[in-house]
Amino acid sequence: MKVNKVYSYWLIVPAGLIYVLLFLYPTAVSFFFSFTRWTLTEWEWIGFDNFKMFFEEPSLMIGFKNTLIFAVLTAGLKVIIGVFLAVILISKIKTKRFIRSTVFFPVLVSTIAVGITFQMLMHPSNGLINRTLELIGITGPDWLGNPNLAIYSIALVDVWKGVGIATVILIAGMMSIPKDYYEAHQIDGGTSVNAFWHITLPLSKPAINAVILLALIGGLRTFDLVWAMTGGGPGFSSDLIASIIYKQYQAGFYGLSTAGNVLLFILVACIVYPIFKFLTRKEVDL
Amino acid sequence: MEALKTGKWLALAVIGLFVLLLAACGSDDTSSSDNGSDQVGGTVSILISGSQRASASVEAVAEGVKEKYNIDTEIEVRPEGAEGDNVVKTRLATGEMTDIMSYNSGALFKALNPSQHFADLSDEPYMDTIQEEFKVAVSDGDGIYGVPGGSTSSGGILYNKAVYEELGLEVPQTWEEFLDNNDKIKAEGKVPVVAAYQETWTSQVILLGDYYNLHAAEPDFGEKYTANEMKYSSTPAALRGLEKIAELHEHGHYNDAASSTSYTNGLEMLATGEAVHFPVITDALAEIESNHPDQVDDIGFFAIPNDDPEIHGMTIWLPGGFYVNKDAQDLDAAKRWVEYATSPEGIEKQMEAIKPNGPYMVEGVELPDDTYEAVLDMNEYVEAGNVTSALEFSSPLKGPNLEQITVELGLGMVDPAEAAEKYDRDVERQALQLDLEGW
Repeated sequence: MKVNKVYSYWLIVPAGLIYVLLFLYPTAVSFFFSFTRWTLTEWEWIGFDNFKMFFEEPSLMIGFKNTLIFAVLTAGLKVIIGVFLAVILISKIKTKRFIRSTVFFPVLVSTIAVGITFQMLMHPSNGLINRTLELIGITGPDWLGNPNLAIYSIALVDVWKGVGIATVILIAGMMSIPKDYYEAHQIDGGTSVNAFWHITLPLSKPAINAVILLALIGGLRTFDLVWAMTGGGPGFSSDLIASIIYKQYQAGFYGLSTAGNVLLFILVACIVYPIFKFLTRKEVDL
Repeated sequence: MEALKTGKWLALAVIGLFVLLLAACGSDDTSSSDNGSDQVGGTVSILISGSQRASASVEAVAEGVKEKYNIDTEIEVRPEGAEGDNVVKTRLATGEMTDIMSYNSGALFKALNPSQHFADLSDEPYMDTIQEEFKVAVSDGDGIYGVPGGSTSSGGILYNKAVYEELGLEVPQTWEEFLDNNDKIKAEGKVPVVAAYQETWTSQVILLGDYYNLHAAEPDFGEKYTANEMKYSSTPAALRGLEKIAELHEHGHYNDAASSTSYTNGLEMLATGEAVHFPVITDALAEIESNHPDQVDDIGFFAIPNDDPEIHGMTIWLPGGFYVNKDAQDLDAAKRWVEYATSPEGIEKQMEAIKPNGPYMVEGVELPDDTYEAVLDMNEYVEAGNVTSALEFSSPLKGPNLEQITVELGLGMVDPAEAAEKYDRDVERQALQLDLEGW
């Protein structure tokens, strides 16, 4: 008898238990409850009614639109600003370490604290932002009170808070590019702009992909920042899927809010999986 | 190879078994309560909302109960508003509720499925002293489950009497006169009506406070609305409340930057005379007093005006209740606690700790001498018998998105007809989730 296994399968029991109990079981159960009218103690099977309700209701559907805008906008800005900052921060400037830390600090602050702080900074008449704009003669908008602007104001704050992570990932990616490429480039007499477009950018693709995916997933399920800053308002104008789900839960519509969670799960999967496939296809080996 | 397979399946089976065992553990909870001794003493736990008033009032009762029965009170604090509702619902569902719960009366309470969780107090002798209107709001089927946890309050318009005097204005008898007053106030460079939409709940007060007027026109609206026979969008008297919110926007009577104005800002504007009206729940009086003690007696009250000068009435909010957990550790002590809280002695204690925002729902209680001016104004409506309790006490339907919809309306993002339709759909969604008859 040949023994060809190194470890016993028993070793997967602890991790398997945790995985099944905390991940698989709740997921399966939430799929089930999304088809019910549920009071936490009792449930009644109602088929697809919860999902229908979600799709028929404009004040629920606005969340899908806003979530997509928010996710794409924040992910895009984080990549662009992140690349820009990373290029500066791997160059040989003196205050590199200090600037690296300051860029990363907002990541460490609690999202709720950031939200409340910016709610004050963005106050239309007393906020620091509009006071400053006043000094140079510009009347600042009502950042969070204007229904057409609120979601974008929150997106900007999210970028400010999240760009540090993107920058750190991109710095790591760029530092791992072998110096040989740049030397060869220099010998060929290329400009530094060329070096950026033809060496740095293509070779940091894996890092950029990671940033895009993380930012996109983060953007799709954002909740705390919106809740702290506008509560989804004014009206429903800055509601995201997650804040809508939360409001349904608050209202005691447990089945409906679970259906919202299932929809969010499907949405994230449908968006992120193809993008992941597409992006990784183009990755270059170093 | 065979051994390997068996090992793999065995491992998976063990995982499955654990899952089942844990799931089984969670569902069964039989707690035995040991009561039966009439001995005075013991400890009672109570869950209250995190407002200053609630805790001051409960602490006053706790002190009295300690003196009289030597019962200790453990106070637990939960958040206010919708987040607090979550805490209450979750704790009830998991069987972790305290011995006594302080919570809203009316539809919110009835949605908790009271007979399942709370002790029936309908046979207690003190029930005769409590007004019928309150008992209806805390009953479920034949049982009555609560006693009043404070004074009533009202949703109407708090106004600055000092500015009224200065500008020579009269308390408006109709909505038209109210708009005229606002125009005059605006001409003086003051804000006629505060819109403090940073706290979204404040945006719905005009509609909710207009219920007296709605009720005067359609006495059975509550019933028919619950049964899906009447809707906001198709009932002119109901729509009128939404129109009033919109008209103030159209006339430019609200302050600028409404979405960034907080409730506290709004009260400050009112107290200092920068603004003259604030449609709000009269619970605000206590906050005005604590922040602006010298101005609180400048603040008066009038109900949301009707279009008809003959109809003047106030919509009241019944107080929340104290409810006894059926499975309380010491049921007897908990019952004594609520009995004391609703006795004239207990209410006097509460009034010493906090000034009432309106009359009490218990017989034999008189308002103290230092009562707020605005409460005295409210009392005139009560004495004239022109009060109705708000819609939320007679119907379990209050769409959770009303406050967002009224914000949209107050900011001019939608018109009243659209708002009414949105709200009807919101209510429909709630009715379907509550599985009410007729929907």
